[in-house]
Amino acid sequence: MENRLFDTAVQELKYKVLVELIRAYDKGLDNNIYHEIPIKIMPGPKASLRCCVYKERAILQERLKLAMGGDKTNPNVVEVIDIACDECPVDGIFVTPACRGCISHRCAEVCPRGAISIVDKRSVVDKSKCIECGKCTEACPYNAIILQKRPCVRSCKAGAIKVDEDKKAVIDNDKCVGCGACVYQCPFGAISDKSYVLDALDIIKNSDGNKNYKVYALIAPAIVAQFNYARIEQIVTGMHKLGFHQVIETALGADLTLAHEAEELAERGTLTSSCCPSFVKYVEKNFPDLVKYISSTPSPMVMAGKLIKALDPTGKVIFVGPCTSKKFEYKQEGAKDYIDCVLSFEELQAFLDARDVDVSTLEDTVLDNASYYGRIFARSGGLTEGVAKMAKDMGFDAKPVAMSGLEECRKQLLMLKVGKSPFNFFEGMACEGGCVNGALCLHHGPKSLTDVNKYGELAREKSVENSVKLFKLSGAKAHDDGAAGEAAATSDKPAAKKPTKKK
Amino acid sequence: MTLSVCVGSSCHLKGSYDVIEAFKALIEKHGVGDKIELKACFCLGRCSEGVSVKADNEYILNVNASNAEEKFIGEILPLVK
Repeated sequence: MENRLFDTAVQELKYKVLVELIRAYDKGLDNNIYHEIPIKIMPGPKASLRCCVYKERAILQERLKLAMGGDKTNPNVVEVIDIACDECPVDGIFVTPACRGCISHRCAEVCPRGAISIVDKRSVVDKSKCIECGKCTEACPYNAIILQKRPCVRSCKAGAIKVDEDKKAVIDNDKCVGCGACVYQCPFGAISDKSYVLDALDIIKNSDGNKNYKVYALIAPAIVAQFNYARIEQIVTGMHKLGFHQVIETALGADLTLAHEAEELAERGTLTSSCCPSFVKYVEKNFPDLVKYISSTPSPMVMAGKLIKALDPTGKVIFVGPCTSKKFEYKQEGAKDYIDCVLSFEELQAFLDARDVDVSTLEDTVLDNASYYGRIFARSGGLTEGVAKMAKDMGFDAKPVAMSGLEECRKQLLMLKVGKSPFNFFEGMACEGGCVNGALCLHHGPKSLTDVNKYGELAREKSVENSVKLFKLSGAKAHDDGAAGEAAATSDKPAAKKPTKKK
Repeated sequence: MTLSVCVGSSCHLKGSYDVIEAFKALIEKHGVGDKIELKACFCLGRCSEGVSVKADNEYILNVNASNAEEKFIGEILPLVK
């Protein structure tokens, strides 16, 4: 069964630890779990993944610590498991034995730094000159030159991963934006996200069957491309069995974010989106000049949390999604009062299996709270599509651009920085393709995009109007202190405003 | 009196938003805006009898846009003190 759940064996290992942890929690946690759980998962005597079974178990202990919240002194939600890091080569450009010693020397021709010379009829790279641009790797007709970059370093578009003197990967917290790309890309599972599953279990347990307070799950729209062995409606039933009172679409919050952000764009003229916290961090850390353009609109998760807490002030809200960055977002000011915990899809899968809830056998429970536009937030371009539509309805012209992945974000932001961008609304998503390819998805794949659109079209609501009305009725406010930009999500209909000229 | 209309998924699909709009208009029409506070809530636990509405502690079930006035006059207004 496990094999069809995940893309990689690393995800499966993390999952196994979570399942055992949740089972241990149900029996009453004690310190023996550090000893017992690794042995249960890796009974030995032969090692199957590492040099010996003892190292495997030692790494599992570290995974267990992360599953229990990880290093409390480290604010980053992503951590390196030192002993799991396999010290991958960091050679950079490397000429393999496939080099035929040809006479055209395209590699040397194309090198912008003159770093390649021909010695004994073979290409040799001068490391002191090489800038690892990779042009030679593309030019070689034999594919004989390769760029050896650590998968973690290559995956990190924020440039936050360094290699220390022991050749271990190290995350620079000052640069890291918490997108989790390295978590999914490290082939040894040496970088992992912290789990707050124990907090979620406590919240559910202390509700005493939703009698003391009600526990709401906010499920991210990216769920449409997940749990491919069951229907979303079955997952909802399964979540009720785990102790959630209600499952609500985060996309309802996305409707509210969209309405508010469109209004904000009309007021401010130029805006970068705020729904992906890793993108926001990326702007803050790399483009301080552009911070003034970041939308003040709360993310869909927070908007939905605000709505739920307005309707049920004692309720607890647990977000479930594909995202590492939601794990730090919910602890920030402006979010922590509305979101009580964050789980990943991986963690939800472990939760279901630890409690032996086989969702594929369950009846359906309907899930429909949001509009088409809220649901398509799950993919890159969903927000821009919504903003363009809202702007048109409000009588101004938005020029939105969808930036999929941090590399594309960087390109567009550079243009904005130098005042050469033709756009005035910038949708930034740290994960390529958007949340459907989030780091903590069970599956990642190209079919996700069409799934999102189809799911969007199934929504009862075709526009955000009713979601906005509900938000107003609830008395919730987009901004805690009644600060700027309050109007949009609290007015019945987005009032047509004069678009201010771009600065 | 607090009049809560369920906006959980099941009721939503049966037209919660239409019921809310109908009640808004009815509260105005009958001039009871100072006596009835219209609210929304997620799930009253009576999903099969939606749209579910709670008037203080009384359940009013199977409400929809076309019977909202009848339910309002027959079941809700008598509860208003």
